[in-house]
Amino acid sequence: MANIVHFHRVSHRYDGGPQIISDVSFTLGKGEMAFLTGPSGAGKSTLLRLTALLARATAGQVMVEGRNLAEIKRSQIPAFRRQIGVIFQNPSLLNERTVFDNVALPLLIRGHSGDDIGRRVRAALDAVGLLPKEKAYPLTLSGGEQQRVGIARAVVAKPPLLLADEPTGNLDPQLAMDVMALFMRFNEVGVSVLVATHAIGLVSRLPHRVIHIDHGSLEERRKAALMDKTHDFS
Amino acid sequence: MTSAKPGKPAKSAKRVAHQPSWLEKATQDHVRAISGTLAALARRPVGTLLTAFVIGITLALPAGLNTLVANLGQAGDSLQGSLRASLFLNDDVSAERGETLAHDIARRPGVSAARYISREQALEEFRTFSGFGEALDLLKDNPLPATIVVTPNAKQLQVRTEALLKDLSTLPEVAQAKLDEKWLQRLYAILALVQQAVMMIAGALALAVLIVVGNTIRLDIENRRDEIEVMKLIGAPNSYIRRPFLYTGLWYGFTGGILACLLVEAGVISLVEPARVLAGLYDSQATLQGLSMNATLAVFAAGLGLGWLGAFWAVSRHLRHIEPAS
Repeated sequence: MANIVHFHRVSHRYDGGPQIISDVSFTLGKGEMAFLTGPSGAGKSTLLRLTALLARATAGQVMVEGRNLAEIKRSQIPAFRRQIGVIFQNPSLLNERTVFDNVALPLLIRGHSGDDIGRRVRAALDAVGLLPKEKAYPLTLSGGEQQRVGIARAVVAKPPLLLADEPTGNLDPQLAMDVMALFMRFNEVGVSVLVATHAIGLVSRLPHRVIHIDHGSLEERRKAALMDKTHDFS
Repeated sequence: MTSAKPGKPAKSAKRVAHQPSWLEKATQDHVRAISGTLAALARRPVGTLLTAFVIGITLALPAGLNTLVANLGQAGDSLQGSLRASLFLNDDVSAERGETLAHDIARRPGVSAARYISREQALEEFRTFSGFGEALDLLKDNPLPATIVVTPNAKQLQVRTEALLKDLSTLPEVAQAKLDEKWLQRLYAILALVQQAVMMIAGALALAVLIVVGNTIRLDIENRRDEIEVMKLIGAPNSYIRRPFLYTGLWYGFTGGILACLLVEAGVISLVEPARVLAGLYDSQATLQGLSMNATLAVFAAGLGLGWLGAFWAVSRHLRHIEPAS
């Protein structure tokens, strides 16, 4: 039970579309950080969407924090998602709100008090190195900075699980490395992190487990290796 | 289950320590929604006022009609208060008997006053008020009968007044009883009809307010699609996402209510003078009344209720279709 994410023979297809992923099984241990790699269209995003209940598996079982997602009703989805920090390639910030207000959103919906929000937001902005920009508007920031605001928003409420979909897709190698380093720092304080990326060159220099997905299924060779590592981990 | 990382337990303990109570959280959420929505509406005052005006005019129509009906009803009541029945007495009834009869009638239930007018007094009054004084001088005999003028109790039902009159007309001394009330009955019948029509119009216009608010909120939801997607992505409860839209609907209804009351009052003020002239023609002291306290409250309640309901309708129809896409 030390897994925070557990896929068991999961398949998914969008309504009327082709099978995006088929018969995928993998686990992410509690406190583990792993990379999900594979070419575009291989199903990386779908895997993350299934984990965050942005989509539902058409076959198989997805477990997050020991809960079978198939049993989570529509009305329970918001509470479920509050346990997960999600970061997309497009940081999807609200452009008419300041950086501070963007990062404060997850705390606002949880009903934190004003003082508490101020403290936590500044801590999160400090962690991503954007404290001086708290009053700026997202459109005045560079792509890398916007991505870091998105990361600050994802981690500000300290979710136990962080999902990132191509977070470095728009960034140059140096900035991409900075972002990955940020994820590693969050992982060091206990957050489980799953990062989908096609930046294989970058990932190969890092010590974390790599889950490779191609044409909707985990590559066999890799899968075996992963299983071993998972066992090591638990 | 326990995390190997030392930082984590301390952090979750901290999170618990800052958890506000349910009531504090709810109050804070509502205060934030209220200030947020008011600020958002104030940022685009023209659009807000236009919507509020549409609602205001829509609410003002039934409210104004209702005020009109209430005023006509009141005018009718005040005329009924001055309404009198005339009992024409037989010529052989003596003045003394007439006086006693008037006295007896005045003590009957449903009668507020009864006054005996002798034939001579009647002639005198006719001479003074009719302008036919000289014509009367040509007549040898006084053609006017003695009369008892009965003022029925204004508060009693129409049927009881009629029954009373029928009763009085059977008295042996009475030749004829007359109550000129037909036109008043017609007025009441018309008012009842108009009242019914006002209710129907109000129902149709309530639907119009619902649609106006619903559509405005729908556009609002469309404009804020990105924001709603982000909110859903970070796990905002549906109640949290709904709240600002519901408050926006309430504000539209509230401003609409204020404008409706102002419009009706302005209408009443502009009609006060002509109404006074008209009432004067009917010898009535009735003055045009504006919205009553109850009617004002009803307009506000309708505005707030319909605003909220319209918003709720739009929100429940459209929010569920917005889902975050990556």
